[in-house]
Amino acid sequence: MIHTAGNNGEGVRSDCHISLTPDSGQGISISIHSKVKWMYGGSIEMLCRDMFHFYGIEKAVLEIDDSGALPFTLAARIEAVIRKHLDTTLEYLLPVLPQNIYQTAPDTERISRLYLPGNNPKLMINAGIYGCHGIILDLEDSVHPGKKYEARFLVRNALRSVDFYGAERMVRINQLPEGLKDLDFVIPHQVNLILIPKCDSPEQVALVDAKITEILGEKNTSVWLMPIIENAAGVMRAFEIARASENVVAMAIGLEDYTADLGVQRTVAGKESFFARSMVINAARAAGIQPIDSVFSDIDDMETLAERVRESKSLGFAGMGCIHPRQIAVINENFLPDESEIDRARKITLAYEKAEKEGLGVVAADSKLIDMPVVNRALKTIEKAVKSGRLNINWRETNGR
Amino acid sequence: MADKQKRNAAGRMIPDMINGQPVIPFMGVGKYRPQGRKHASGISTCIDYPDDGNKQVSGLKEALVKAGLRDGMTISTHHHFREGDLVANMVFDCASELGIKNLCWFPSASFSCHAYLLKYLDDGTISHIEGSMNGPLGRYCSEGRMKKTAVLRSHGGRFQAIQDGDVKIDIAVIGAGCADPFGNANGLNGPSASGSLGFAVGDAQYADRVIVVTDNMVPFPCIPWQIQGNYVDFTVKVDRVGIPEKIVSGTTQITRSPDRLLIADLTARFCEAAGIIHEGFSFQAGAGGTALSVGNYFGEIMRKKGLRARFARGGSNKYLVEMLEEGLVEYILDGQTFDLEGVRSIRENPDHVMTSPFSSYNYHGKGNFASMLDVVILGATEVDLNFNANVVTHSDGYLLHGIGGWQNCLFGRNVILPVPLFRDRIPVIRDEVTTLCGPGELVDVVITERGIAINPRRTDLIGKTKDSGLPLKKIEQLKEEAEAICGVPRKPEFTDKIVAAIKWVDGTVIDVVRQVKR
Repeated sequence: MIHTAGNNGEGVRSDCHISLTPDSGQGISISIHSKVKWMYGGSIEMLCRDMFHFYGIEKAVLEIDDSGALPFTLAARIEAVIRKHLDTTLEYLLPVLPQNIYQTAPDTERISRLYLPGNNPKLMINAGIYGCHGIILDLEDSVHPGKKYEARFLVRNALRSVDFYGAERMVRINQLPEGLKDLDFVIPHQVNLILIPKCDSPEQVALVDAKITEILGEKNTSVWLMPIIENAAGVMRAFEIARASENVVAMAIGLEDYTADLGVQRTVAGKESFFARSMVINAARAAGIQPIDSVFSDIDDMETLAERVRESKSLGFAGMGCIHPRQIAVINENFLPDESEIDRARKITLAYEKAEKEGLGVVAADSKLIDMPVVNRALKTIEKAVKSGRLNINWRETNGR
Repeated sequence: MADKQKRNAAGRMIPDMINGQPVIPFMGVGKYRPQGRKHASGISTCIDYPDDGNKQVSGLKEALVKAGLRDGMTISTHHHFREGDLVANMVFDCASELGIKNLCWFPSASFSCHAYLLKYLDDGTISHIEGSMNGPLGRYCSEGRMKKTAVLRSHGGRFQAIQDGDVKIDIAVIGAGCADPFGNANGLNGPSASGSLGFAVGDAQYADRVIVVTDNMVPFPCIPWQIQGNYVDFTVKVDRVGIPEKIVSGTTQITRSPDRLLIADLTARFCEAAGIIHEGFSFQAGAGGTALSVGNYFGEIMRKKGLRARFARGGSNKYLVEMLEEGLVEYILDGQTFDLEGVRSIRENPDHVMTSPFSSYNYHGKGNFASMLDVVILGATEVDLNFNANVVTHSDGYLLHGIGGWQNCLFGRNVILPVPLFRDRIPVIRDEVTTLCGPGELVDVVITERGIAINPRRTDLIGKTKDSGLPLKKIEQLKEEAEAICGVPRKPEFTDKIVAAIKWVDGTVIDVVRQVKR
């Protein structure tokens, strides 16, 4: 039986294809075909030998067809073939990057989240440099059914070894119950948030939550949850789902599957999903969590994307998914407060501060009375504007930018 | 092969003889002062040329025979037809049929289509190449299979070598999209129109014999005559000089790679922050995907701020032409025309001007355009901690690219190298470049997707950008980041055999390339 993992062939970069023939011939034989063999051939072979030693394998033929895979990829691919051969849960782990050890706050900014196919290492390496708030390593729809097993190792290793430069580290698991198995591979390894796809009942959230608690054991960390509503049943139970666990911090909507469930076409105008989107927004806001909009799938049409983002923001969404790095800037840009919002927020904030100072019970700006929720929104807008660099932190003194 | 070697001013070991010629080692930027008078071809007389001006002969082989082709000569061709060039291959087919041996091929650049000539390097028709070494030819040379030592020069260095007589061209064969029987020629019209023929201008002037080859022979006069018939000995009409769709290939598209777009965006933002983009500024951006998008971002900044560039040097293409026609750029000084829009523009628009390496790049002239540029955007295969850069070999030691105008452009006021930090696990920033093509004192800024390193010599740029919010880092820091991700690579191993010399813009030797140990 020959076991294989990984990818090779035309257009494949930063990946490798491994084939393992166990127990044939004498001892360990390793052959490396790589365009960087002269640079890294020695270290690749050392890694292989170390892994064979770790798993106690003394006889095997290993063939590596490498297109510049980084160590985290090589190790994931080799572990996948070895564990296909051996029945073991023993994990071969490379060291965790110290900068990858962080927790995120439940209400951290989640405007842009970049989806990455979980079995494509090339796209992971630079994913953190584009300034998105979250990175989703996807084990679900973007991974071919035959590649689900090996993708888990790659995603786990990426969580440990790839620097995402402070982005929230997210994993979309498979639909339950298969998704519960994914949790074993990722929960102990610096994941901040789990996306639960095709979620249509609070029980599913509870199952995931319980499994995570079990895996974490004594560890004092939190892994947040973001259920994705993708059918009519989920829409109708959105509020229950949003409140299913205190670890649920956001709720997203997936419109491709939702429109398919309704048996309608997904249109750019989006009339067919208006109700569903409003339900998700209201359920999430009522539960005190972030509502997140579906991805926009035409990666070449930045203008329509920008329109969609502005609409999304005006409906009440707090963020949107991205399927290409080029969408990140457009989404961030259009979700952030624009000039007129900032101007208004400045006026209200100043009026509020003045009222506070003078001990007045009411806040007034432009001869209108301002309610407290409006003041709070203004304060939040100012905070966002300052954080994103759209407003100088000393705006009170500099009178603006 | 040389027996003695000495260290040049860049610290590289250089032989004292290459191909039987004495070598002047690199002495430092602006240190070598040439002596003597320029080279010239022999005096011609109208006695030897037909009064009716018709110099057309039946075919290329006849022209080569009449031009006196014999063993050991130096034959020049040009790369205006780029990947679609048929001329160089035809020339050596003829030479081979005539049983001629040991020719030096002196192209202005080579392309993958010239892998066809490997068989003539094998059978001794061609002894060596003095020009660029791309793809399969570079591999052949790096494996030590070329009979003599290759010599690589920049476009400006090639003109300098011709003008100074370092290289004496016996026969120049100039392919042209349009010509008349007298020898006047341009690249503007006909099925093989390729734009400016600038690279052949010096060859026409200095070569002993000049042959113009076209597939579009028009009655005298061919207007305009970028190549003057008065320099030309013979004209030839062939069925095809080039493959049109490969002459203006689709390589010149703005990149869609998010990594490269990010690097291009950082480059433009850096230039804006450093005050490089101002009313009346000038720039040169190459034809690679990243460089094209830098030009695009420049355009956005200029539109936003209401600025115009006085001139752009190119490498022209549809994007630069759009900027010219929109009024963002007042003039294009064009050295090479990359696409059909560029060809149309240079034919129709008087503000889109043909140049040659003489005006743009020649270091042994009374100035050149490259040093007047406010900013140049260049590529590199490697950059080291001293900002030295490599553009001809990859980190595995194999020759894969020519120098082009790269060395010449290093004299621009602000030289920026936008490069990825690593390419498929191969780090770009190294302790020391494998091959030195450009001294670090001329490289001002390295821009990667993970940070920008400014040459410490440029305290002015450091001062202007320190509060810009751009990710400024030390170059050592960039190298460490790359190695943290990729690992520390082993260096390639070489034998002692020198396979190629890298000339500096003044004709001195800045480095050599040794045979890769396999």
